[in-house]
Amino acid sequence: MSEIPASLPPHLHAIVAEFQAADRSEKLELLLEYADRLPPLPDWLRDNRADMEQVHECMTPVRAAAEVHGGRMVFHIDVAEESPTVRGYAALLREGLDGATPEAVLAIPGDFFYAMGLQQVLSPQRLNGISYLLAYLKRLATRALAHRGA
Amino acid sequence: MAGYAHPEVLVDTAWVADHLHDPKVRLVESNEDILLYDQGHIPGAVKIDWVADLNDPVVRDYLDRARFEQLMIARGISNDTTVVFYGDKHNWWATYALWVFKLFGHADARIMNGGRAKWIAEGRQLTREVPTYSPGVYHAPERDDTTIRAFRDQVLVHIRQPGTALVDVRSPQEYSGERTHMPEYPQEGTLRGGHIPTAVSIPWASAVHDDSTFKSADELRALYAGKNVTPDKDVISYCRIGERSSHTWFVLSYLLGYPKVRNYDGSWTEWGNGVGLPIEK
Repeated sequence: MSEIPASLPPHLHAIVAEFQAADRSEKLELLLEYADRLPPLPDWLRDNRADMEQVHECMTPVRAAAEVHGGRMVFHIDVAEESPTVRGYAALLREGLDGATPEAVLAIPGDFFYAMGLQQVLSPQRLNGISYLLAYLKRLATRALAHRGA
Repeated sequence: MAGYAHPEVLVDTAWVADHLHDPKVRLVESNEDILLYDQGHIPGAVKIDWVADLNDPVVRDYLDRARFEQLMIARGISNDTTVVFYGDKHNWWATYALWVFKLFGHADARIMNGGRAKWIAEGRQLTREVPTYSPGVYHAPERDDTTIRAFRDQVLVHIRQPGTALVDVRSPQEYSGERTHMPEYPQEGTLRGGHIPTAVSIPWASAVHDDSTFKSADELRALYAGKNVTPDKDVISYCRIGERSSHTWFVLSYLLGYPKVRNYDGSWTEWGNGVGLPIEK
C-alpha cells in the first residue's frame, strides 16, 4: 500500500488513514457513508446551478464552486443522486479540504488516493472520477490565488 | 411489447412489483456505479457487479463454470429460477449481465423494461436491506464461447466475408476516431481512434426511448435494417469493452429475433490497440 503523503491537509490525511485501515468491504461502506453525507448545495448556489461550472471530465454530471473566507477555501460540489461513488469522492474531498489554503490544495499529489487502497475494490475506470474531481478543485484553487493576487 | 420476436424476455415494472415475493423469481441489479445498489434497490433484489462478480480477476475473460456456479448458489439462484435483470443507464449493465448468464446457458433470463430509472420515476419503493436467500442448486455447463461471443481473429475473418454485418454501437465521435471514449467519459488508453473496417455506426442507446424502455419492434427494425443490418446476416456487435454492445446484442437477438448475433467483448480496447489489425476512420 502506498504511504500517505505528508503534504496532505490534516483533515484529508485523517480521511485517507481511515480508508487505509478499512478492509475491502468496509472501504465501500465508508465511501457510501461519505456519499450519504454530501450536503445539498447552499441556497445561493442551488438557485444558480447554471452558473456553476461542470466538471467535464467526469462521467457523471458534477458541478463545483469554491468560496474563500480569510484565505481558507470551502468547496461546494453537486453530484447526481444516482452516482454514489462520485458523490462519495466529492464528500471526502469536500470534508478533507474544508478550510485548507489554496496553496495546500494545490500541493496535494494527484495520486494521493492510492494510499486509501480503493484500487483494491474499484476498477481503474471507477477510480478516474476522484482524479478528475481533484484536478478541477485545483483549478478553482488556482483561480482563488489569481484573484487574491489581482 | 407486441411485435417483439421473444416478448417473454421483457417484463415491465408492474410485473416486477407483483412478483417481489415470488420464490421462483430472482431480481438482479447490475449497475455501472458499484455503490448504487447499496444506496437503494428494489426490495428483494441481489447485486451482481460486472467487475467484482463477472470478470475473472487474472485473465481478461469472464468467470469460469465453477465460479459461475458459486455465484448462482450464493445469490440463491437455481437452474430453474426466473432471473430478472435491471440496472442504471438504460439497462446497459443489466443486458451485459444477462449476456454472461447466457454464456452459461441460463434458461430463463429477462430484463425489466425501463430499468432502475423507470422504477424510480414511478415512485416505487427502494430499500437498503440486503436480502438473504437459501443457497441455490446450480449445475452449469462449461461456458459456451462459440454462439454469442466473438473473438478478434473471428472478427478479422468476418470483415472479409460476404453476408456479414458489423455494428459499432459507440458514439459517433468514437466511430469517426475523433475521440476514443464516450463524450463526458474519461479517456481510457486506446492508441488509435476509428472503427473496425466495414462496421456501420448505430449507437446503442438509439434502441431506447428517453424513459429507458425499448423502442417498438417496427422502430427497431427500421433502425437496423436502415444500415443493412438484417436478419439474414451473420452479425457481430462491438463497443469499447463489450458492455454497450451486449445491449445491442440483446435487442437484435431477442426483440428482433435475428438468428446469428455475437458480441465481440474484446471490442475497441483490444482492436484499437491490437498489433497487425487494420482500422478505418
